[in-house]
Formats: sequence, C-alpha cells, structure tokens
Amino acid sequence: MTVRLTKDLRSPATGEPSPATGKDAVPAQPTDAPATGAVPAASGEAGEVRGRAARGGDELVRVTDLTKLFPVRRGTLVRRSTGAVRAVDGVGFAIDRGTTLGLVGESGSGKSTTGRLISRLLEPTSGSVVFDGRDISHLSTRELRPMRRDIQMIFQDPYSSLNPRHTIGAIVAAPLRIQKQTPRGGIRARVRELLELVGLNPEHYNRYPNEFSGGQRQRIGIARALATRPKLIIADEPVSALDVSIRAQIINLLDGLRTEFGLTYLFIAHDLSMVRHISDRVAVMYLGQIIELADRTDLFSGALHPYTHALLSAVPIPDPTSHHRRERIRLRDEVPSPLNPPVACRFHPRCWKAQEICRTEAPPLRERAPGHQVACHFPEKRDVV
Amino acid sequence: MTDPTHTAATASSGTPFLQVRDLTVSFHTDDGVVHAVDKLSFSVERGRTLGIVGESGSGKSVTSLAVMGLHRRGRRVSIAGEIRLDGEDLVTAPAERVRGLRGRRMAMIFQDPLSSMHPQFTVGDQIVEAYRVHNRVSKAAARRRATELLDLVGIPEPARRLDDYPHQFSGGMRQRAMIAMAVSCNPELLIADEPTTALDVTVQAQILDLMRELQKEFNSAIIIITHELGVVAEISHDILVMYAGQAMEYGGVEEVFASAEHPYTWGLLQSITRLDRQLETTLRTIPGSPPSLINVPPGCPFHPRCTYRERAGSATSTTRPPLAETSPGHLVACHLPVAERRRLLREEVIPTL
Repeated sequence: MTVRLTKDLRSPATGEPSPATGKDAVPAQPTDAPATGAVPAASGEAGEVRGRAARGGDELVRVTDLTKLFPVRRGTLVRRSTGAVRAVDGVGFAIDRGTTLGLVGESGSGKSTTGRLISRLLEPTSGSVVFDGRDISHLSTRELRPMRRDIQMIFQDPYSSLNPRHTIGAIVAAPLRIQKQTPRGGIRARVRELLELVGLNPEHYNRYPNEFSGGQRQRIGIARALATRPKLIIADEPVSALDVSIRAQIINLLDGLRTEFGLTYLFIAHDLSMVRHISDRVAVMYLGQIIELADRTDLFSGALHPYTHALLSAVPIPDPTSHHRRERIRLRDEVPSPLNPPVACRFHPRCWKAQEICRTEAPPLRERAPGHQVACHFPEKRDVV
Repeated sequence: MTDPTHTAATASSGTPFLQVRDLTVSFHTDDGVVHAVDKLSFSVERGRTLGIVGESGSGKSVTSLAVMGLHRRGRRVSIAGEIRLDGEDLVTAPAERVRGLRGRRMAMIFQDPLSSMHPQFTVGDQIVEAYRVHNRVSKAAARRRATELLDLVGIPEPARRLDDYPHQFSGGMRQRAMIAMAVSCNPELLIADEPTTALDVTVQAQILDLMRELQKEFNSAIIIITHELGVVAEISHDILVMYAGQAMEYGGVEEVFASAEHPYTWGLLQSITRLDRQLETTLRTIPGSPPSLINVPPGCPFHPRCTYRERAGSATSTTRPPLAETSPGHLVACHLPVAERRRLLREEVIPTL
C-alpha cells in the first residue's frame, strides 16, 4: 500500500515550524490554511519555541465558543420545553495537524457531546467548528457528506458499533461505498490492505463480527475509520470496553497509525493515565466547560485547577505502598446536574478553595503559563500523583 | 501432578472465615464443556480484603457466584470442591441452607446497580425487604434501619431519599444504596464484583473509602473482584491473579506488586499505563488474547502467550504447574525455575515497570 511515512510529529521540534509534515501526510491539503496566526498569543520569550507553535502550529480543527443545549420537554399531550441541558457550554480549543488532543472528564462533562459536535453527528446550538479552514458548524447533511471522509469516529463499544449481519469486508468497505470512492486496485484490495494494516488476517474478509473478540472488533472499527484516509479521527473511549492486556495493543496500534499517516486524533476518555500516554495536549472538562487545557507534561505534573488535582489524586495507582505517601483529595458529593448547573464557577460547591468571588463570578479560561490555560480564580500548582 | 491445594489455602496465617479448596465449576453447553473455574483454592480472614484480578473469562465472577450459591445446579452446571464459610461446606449444603446464609452472613455487591435493583420499587422498599427476610421486625423498624443504613453509606437526607426510585439516584448513589442493602444484616463476608467499574474516578475513590470504613466497622472479610490493578493495590491485603479459570499467583498485595513471579502478572503490570511512572513511547503488551474456556491450552494455560515459555521446558505445554509457595505466603503456578524467575524479574521486568 502507499505508505506515506511522515516525521514523528510529536518529536520535539527544533525551533522552526515544519510545514512539510502536514502536506506529506494529507495530500491535496492547501498549506496556506490558517497557520500560526490563530494561536493565542502566549507571553512566550523570544527564541523559546514550545507547545503547539513548536509542532508546526498548523491547525486542523478550531472550536470556538461551542455550545449545545438539549431541550427538556415535559407533558404528555402538550409537550413544552421546560428547560435545557447545557451539555456543552462555551467550549473552545484547537487541534494541530498530526497531534492528539485528549479530552477528559467524568460522565456528564460533555466530552462525548463535544466529539459528536466536531464530527457533526450533532449540530451546535451556537459557536463554531472550523475544520481544515472551513466552517462546518451548520452545514446541511448533503454539504457534510464530502467532508465526512475527512473526519471519522471510533466508538467505545466494539459489540454494538458493528452490524452483526454484515461481513467485516462489507463493514470496512461501507465508508468507501458511501463516499463513492474506488481506490486503485478496487475496493476489495483496499479492504484487505486495511485489515492487514490493523493487524487482522485479510483472509477473514468474509467473516462476521461475532467470530471476533472484543479487541479484534475494535481493530475492525479502526480499519473502517481509516478506509477513506481521514485527516481527523475522533476516538470516543476506544479502549475502555477492552481487557487490560488488549488495551495496550490497541493503543499501540493507534499510536503507530498516527505516525504512519500523520493522523490527528481527538481522544476522548476518562482514564487519565491512558490519556497521558497518547495525548500531546489535554483538555479537562467539567459540566460542559473546559476548566484546564495544557500540554501533557504541564497538565500531569503541573496542574493548576483544583478539579484536575482531585481527578489526578483519585486515580488508583498500582503500587500498594503509594497511598501512604500520596495526598488524597476527596471531593464532596457528585457532579451536579447539567440541567441546572451551579452559577459562576461550576465547580465551587465541591471546591475546598472556594471564596465569595467563585460564587459570583465565572472564572474565564485564561492563559496562566505559556500554552497552559485554566479557568480558576485561585490556580496553584500542587503535587498529587 | 502434585496437589497444590494444601499450600494454596494458607496464603495468610490465622483462621480463614472463607476457605475455598479445589473449586471447579463447569458449564455443559452445546459447544462443549466450559471449564470456567478449575481447581481454585484461596481463603479470606475476617477484617481482610482479597482482590481477585483477571481479564474477562478468567473465572473471577463465576467464582464469586459459586461462593454465594447463585449457580443453578443441574445437568448443565457442575460444581466440585469445597467452599467453607466459617467451617460449613456450602457445596454440599442444601439450597435452602445457603439461601439462609446469603444476605445474612454473606452478601454481594454487583457492578451495575441499575440492573441489579428493581426499577419499580423504591430504594427504601428494597432495603426493607432484604432486611426483613432475615430479621423478624416490623416494617416501621425495618424502615428505621434502612434510614440508618443510607445515612451510614453517606446518602444525604436519607429519610427522604428512601422513597426515591433507583433511577432517581445517580450512579454513585445507587452503588451506595446497593452497599447499604448488602450490609443491612452485618454480613461477615462481602463480595464486591467490579463495584466501581461503572463509576467515575472521583466517585470510585469515595466508594473504596466507604468499603474500607465499613470493613473497619463490621470487621468483615471482603472479596473485591476487578480487572484494575490500581484498585487492588489501593484496597486489598491479598491478591489472587486468575487466568483461564486457574490461579496464577497468590499472595500479599505488597509482596506481589513488588516481586511478582508469574509471567502473566508481569504482563499485566507492564501493559498498564500509570501516572506514577515516566512516559514510554510504546506500551508493552501481552501477545494474543485469552483462550476459550472450552479449549483451555494443556499444561500451563498461559503458555501460548508466555514470552518465557522456551525457558520453562516442555512440561509447560503438557503438565499444569502446581500453585507452589515461592516465599512464605506467596504462591506461583509456573514451570520456570524459581531462580530463573527471580533473575528475570530483577533483570528484565522491574526495569520496565
């Protein structure tokens, strides 16, 4: 197959943006796409290039003030809208070409909804999603179709995301048929190539999903996502349904594919150690908002938001001697309902640092260190792992 | 083949409250016999927690259901071996007897509290019912007890929440309510099957804290079944690593995490990502996938996936290795010579953890 090897985009850059990487990875990609101009100006010292700018600063996705409300209707005869779940509320971030953004948060934080808004499985209530220089926030189904080949999803449950009555050949070929793409050598050859690429036996083309284990099914899902040579892959909890020994195999596969094809990932997960392994940048969501966004190392060794501290300190560490020396932060109660989220800072009812200002004024997501944004009135570093 | 059971049952000293010996559970299906649990032995004392880890199909849940007497005996299920609860064998005991013990002296918490509670009865009704099965008290007294229990497990406004239906509770609260129901009769043995798998990390931490507190209060023996090594490290005293229905390694949790001697345990420890370690470029993996329990590989069931099988000699594919003591209280079922295992651990495994 036509393997286009690109440089490992995560390798520490030497100072200059490498415009070649994106171009090699994705053919027919105009390089004059919005480049570094959109990167929020960090108070970076001259000569020290770091973070996103260092990786090329070539944005593939930019999300601005993204909001999704789900109306709640009551009444049996006359259904009236009685309120709205603010599933995603004013979310903004960018993903550079060839990098991985990890999106973490607990259930109800809006991370999956954010993924679905970017892939346009859902239409945003307000705000915008710019993909590859084009605003796709409100495109119609027809307008979206050609774009769908560039954005693909990998789902959590490999049992329910594959049609049991289709052979895996048909499943992997489906995106090609829908997109009316005929690869050189024909669809069949391409499918066999894809199956081989994800570590499956291409001879198993005619088998059905029930003949495969969970890990193998997830590989089928990955092959399907790769069929149209997408630019962005949104992986929503891709390994949480898998066994421990299989998880690592799938993560390595995703990692390898990214390097090989210069893919860009939005990796949605609640497993923080897994997110740390695979992401370049990490966004932490709480009740529909991003509360902290930073490069991986900054987030995991220098988190500033108390909620991030609480999350990190709650991750069980597989070392029985660790809990004697580890600081333990226990949050009160549970995540409030997104139907009626707390005013001002949404975390304040559970926060041990909350002051008057946290109850009256919502903290904006502000850059506190180069490339490190946090939404808190009292950010501070704390060692919790 | 040597008999592993006699050493296996004594991973820790003292009189165990639960003692399982040579437990074998098989299911007879149209495709063949599923050897879900095969000659498994372990024990738990009061006030101690045993963590059972293993992947799906390793037999960990089947084991817990067997202890609770929840397998329907008959033509399709056969259970052999001994399950002694405070000395009394449950395998040979009549079903009515086991039913009397279940809920009173031993109780279970399931993974998904939404599907294990009845959706059409209030949480209070369900706790009251469970309590009154074993205690001859009035409804009002049982209700008072239920309020106490909800308060004990940390549900705010327990008297009001008693009349809520399960769907009105959040995931964490449902799990707390399940725990309240399970501890209503102060059971001496509590089995928790993946109690936190469906929960978020911050709620998981709260539930693990709660289980620890309850154990202090009731001095119960706890078995926690999980696939997460982090959870075991956090809450257990002992650990039992299962693979294909068999015990691979068994011992004190600090001992096993610091100096595991089974290649499968090494594989599990190596393949997880952890926050307390430097980042690696590629994760180590265990090649292949777990075997079908209808066709368990002969010899050591792990040998087809074992990196070190060449060094273990031909016995590894023909003879099942006994679960034998490698140091006091630490048992391993592996054909590799002990000295070789320790050398591998020191030279090849620990540097990668």
